[in-house]
Amino acid sequence: MTSAPDNASAAVPFVRLSSVSKRFGEAPPALDSIDGVIAGGRITGLVGPDGAGKTTLIRLMTGLMLPDQGTVEVLGYDTRRDPASIQAAIGYMPQRFGLYEDLSVQENLDLYADLRGLPLAERGRTFAELLEFTDLAPFTTRLAGKLSGGMKQKLGLACALLRKPRLLLLDEPGVGVDPISRRDLWKMVENLTAEGIGVLWSTAYLDEAEACDHVLLLNQGRLLFSGSPHEMTGRVENRVFRLSGTVGRRRERLSRLLDQEGVVDGVIQGEAIRLVMKPGLTPPSFDEASSPRAAAAQPRFEDAFVDMLGGGPGGRSQLAETQRPFTADGGRPVIEARGLTKRFGDFTAADNITFDIPRGEIFGLLGPNGAGKSTTFKMLCGLLKPTAGEGRVAGFDLRRDAAEARNRLGYMAQKFSLYGDLSVLQNLNFFAGVYGLSGLRKRERIDLMTEIFDFRGIHDMSAKDLPLGLKQRLALACAVLHEPEVLFLDEPTSGVDPITRREFWTHINGLVEKGVTVLVTTHFMDEAEYCDRISLIYRGRSIALGSPDEMKARVAGKDLPDPTMEDAFIALVQGSEAKEAA
Amino acid sequence: MSARVKKQEREGSGRARRFAALVRKETYQVVRDPSSILIAFVLPLILLFLFGYGVSLDTTQTRIGLVVEEATPLTRDLAASFQASRYFAVVNGRDRREFGDDLVLGRVRGIVVIPARFAADHAAGRNPAVQVIVDGSDPNTANFVQNYAQGTVANWERQLASEGQGHVPAIAAEQRFWFNPELTSRNFLVPGSIAIVMTLVGTLLTSLVVAREWERGTMEAMMATPVSAAELLAGKLLPYFILGLTSMTLCVLLAVFLFGVPFRGSTIALYALSAVFLMPALGQGLVISAVTKNQFLASQLALITAFLPAFLLSGFLFEINSMPTAIQWITYVVPARYLIPSLQTVFLAGDIWPMFARAIAVMFLIGCVFFALAARSTRKRIG
Repeated sequence: MTSAPDNASAAVPFVRLSSVSKRFGEAPPALDSIDGVIAGGRITGLVGPDGAGKTTLIRLMTGLMLPDQGTVEVLGYDTRRDPASIQAAIGYMPQRFGLYEDLSVQENLDLYADLRGLPLAERGRTFAELLEFTDLAPFTTRLAGKLSGGMKQKLGLACALLRKPRLLLLDEPGVGVDPISRRDLWKMVENLTAEGIGVLWSTAYLDEAEACDHVLLLNQGRLLFSGSPHEMTGRVENRVFRLSGTVGRRRERLSRLLDQEGVVDGVIQGEAIRLVMKPGLTPPSFDEASSPRAAAAQPRFEDAFVDMLGGGPGGRSQLAETQRPFTADGGRPVIEARGLTKRFGDFTAADNITFDIPRGEIFGLLGPNGAGKSTTFKMLCGLLKPTAGEGRVAGFDLRRDAAEARNRLGYMAQKFSLYGDLSVLQNLNFFAGVYGLSGLRKRERIDLMTEIFDFRGIHDMSAKDLPLGLKQRLALACAVLHEPEVLFLDEPTSGVDPITRREFWTHINGLVEKGVTVLVTTHFMDEAEYCDRISLIYRGRSIALGSPDEMKARVAGKDLPDPTMEDAFIALVQGSEAKEAA
Repeated sequence: MSARVKKQEREGSGRARRFAALVRKETYQVVRDPSSILIAFVLPLILLFLFGYGVSLDTTQTRIGLVVEEATPLTRDLAASFQASRYFAVVNGRDRREFGDDLVLGRVRGIVVIPARFAADHAAGRNPAVQVIVDGSDPNTANFVQNYAQGTVANWERQLASEGQGHVPAIAAEQRFWFNPELTSRNFLVPGSIAIVMTLVGTLLTSLVVAREWERGTMEAMMATPVSAAELLAGKLLPYFILGLTSMTLCVLLAVFLFGVPFRGSTIALYALSAVFLMPALGQGLVISAVTKNQFLASQLALITAFLPAFLLSGFLFEINSMPTAIQWITYVVPARYLIPSLQTVFLAGDIWPMFARAIAVMFLIGCVFFALAARSTRKRIG
């Protein structure tokens, strides 16, 4: 009899969602009759692209928001009737960690200990444990605002864990944090599940989904899948292939492959092409001399997701087809960075960054937030004056001819480059004006963009009301209106759904084939795979430069025969730190 | 029974500890955030100095053009009266047309014309007239020039009569100004500006700090803890209440010791009035931030709905009685309207409790309305 409650609580799921719907205003529902359960003692991944409804679902679980329809039951309490009991028993880390930046690490801990009613007698032990667990012990007097992204995230977690919650809700804890901190955090959370705590980890990164015990996959407010990630990848078992030996031609080849019968999905992966085929089919063979080798590959979560959505888009880019080609001009690099250095006071944001990008190459600056990518990027756009070194874009020195250089480049920052209160057409008109288009040419270019990206029906919609995928298209359209020969892309597809991401890269790949040169900054490992070469930026310095495959090969070894980009990143960063320490 | 008491006690102490934690957090933030120091101490100082030194509603040495059309001993004597006046800086001329452009350009604020007939009329026993031309586009200055010009002429006539040369005016009004005998405008502007300062701290600063918590996502994190909405609000109010009173104290000390404004009432009256005034001020700040959840909007709303009315519709600068009736009605809901006359009274006249009691009652009432609104709009809910 005495053990009955234990058994019962093990059987009762920690969270039970019954036909939960939530709608904001006139927009399509943010959540559309979601059913699902979250169990204790394991990590449940709440996976989906930005705007899928992840944050809304988590807020519903905290009782801070109520569903329009259906019920949310957390730890046996209904969120409508008893939110206080839920809030007393859960730990919640919102997207920005919920820390007070003017308060020190210890003061933040004290505050949340008081708010959560942690008895004074237990504090000494709990604080010591959490500080050790998070490696924050040496920093207790530092203001939270002065911590790095990874440290903030750990402090946020510590605050959520002060009074050992039964259920821990983490809203995108991996965003904007370097991969090393992300792995640390994952290990910490994994340890918690051993004590029976239920963890919900929301993420837009599909590779994070693979490590979860259980996954809820959300897309456009609907639950697409609920089960183990293994079950998910099982649906594309034996259908994923890796085509190698296509060096130099892979973009053009991918574009043709995508339009072939039987190809469900395909992406560039370093120097190879990754293909998902329809069941029972093998990749089409090529009749060329250097016929590529196709090898079966380990299916990934993303392969299955795209398959579930009915496959990726075709390989044709009308944008690229209408693009006038840029021809090679004596082999001079299109973008040159020579010892670019930027100091802010005694802080060196970018330290002696050097690279060349030849015409028709995609070059990536890869690194965590705050590493110095944006600083380098801004120096190359002519928006920031380097403290030392020089940069050239399309042959123009950025110190003297920044305006000329900027006229030849298109810039796209996914989150901020559009005017939300202007309509689609007004945005196009505005950017055409900014880039100096007028008269007939302006009209032609806008008409062309409207046709390529299918804007006709939405010309009058405000940009801020567009679904994310359309915003992405509009941002790209605005960046290429003036047919730039250089494209600067700032985290162009992080958090975007995989179909939109593929569409986007199909355009970029096509443009690159026509001789456009592309510089990408990203902290998103998958995006690095689309690049010809990348520079790993860490703490202001470039610690490695080469093709994604070279980087991976550099760290491959006995325990890591087939490293991912993230593995390579972590190994290279640790190597550079070891060198520094020596 | 005892278990329930214990549980209640435990809940009580949990609540006390949560409240103390919130107050402590807020205090740290105030001390460490330069923008709150700026709003609570630097801005008030600037305002006070502005009203203490810069803005003055007294006219001293206003430039006027003086036209004497015919030079006679009598007109020279009157002209000398104008020149000797401490209110005017006189520019002499022979024709009023000389000053036409100057008046338009603002180089002189008025033209006083002593006409050619003046001496003749005077000698004949007819009432001689002096013409005063003023720039009506600046009514305030125009009134001053007109009144002081009339005063100067009246004085001169009286002096003439006492010397037995002129007519004694039938009735001479003897003026005495009580409470502020020198009519120094600083003496009523400085107490008034203290009310403005408390509006800044109470409404602007409070709405900004709460909106900031929404923007930074800390509000969401706090709401997901066992803390209640009432505790959240109270935890915000107490620190800013104290900050408002501190800021007020600083202003009063400056007013008395630096600007020499008399302080004839009691400290108790001063603090009672200020404390009650902070209720509607803080309440309004909370309502604004709960509705906007955005620092930019909150600051705009606070300026327009609290700061400007306190400035314009409180009787601070503009006489309420001379406003259109509709505007006068609006002034009844502006809390500063009740505080400013009371503060001026505390400083210049002394404690007049019936007046204070009414002001306190009305401000308390408006405060309650704002608190009710704030409590309604700050539920533990997002979106």
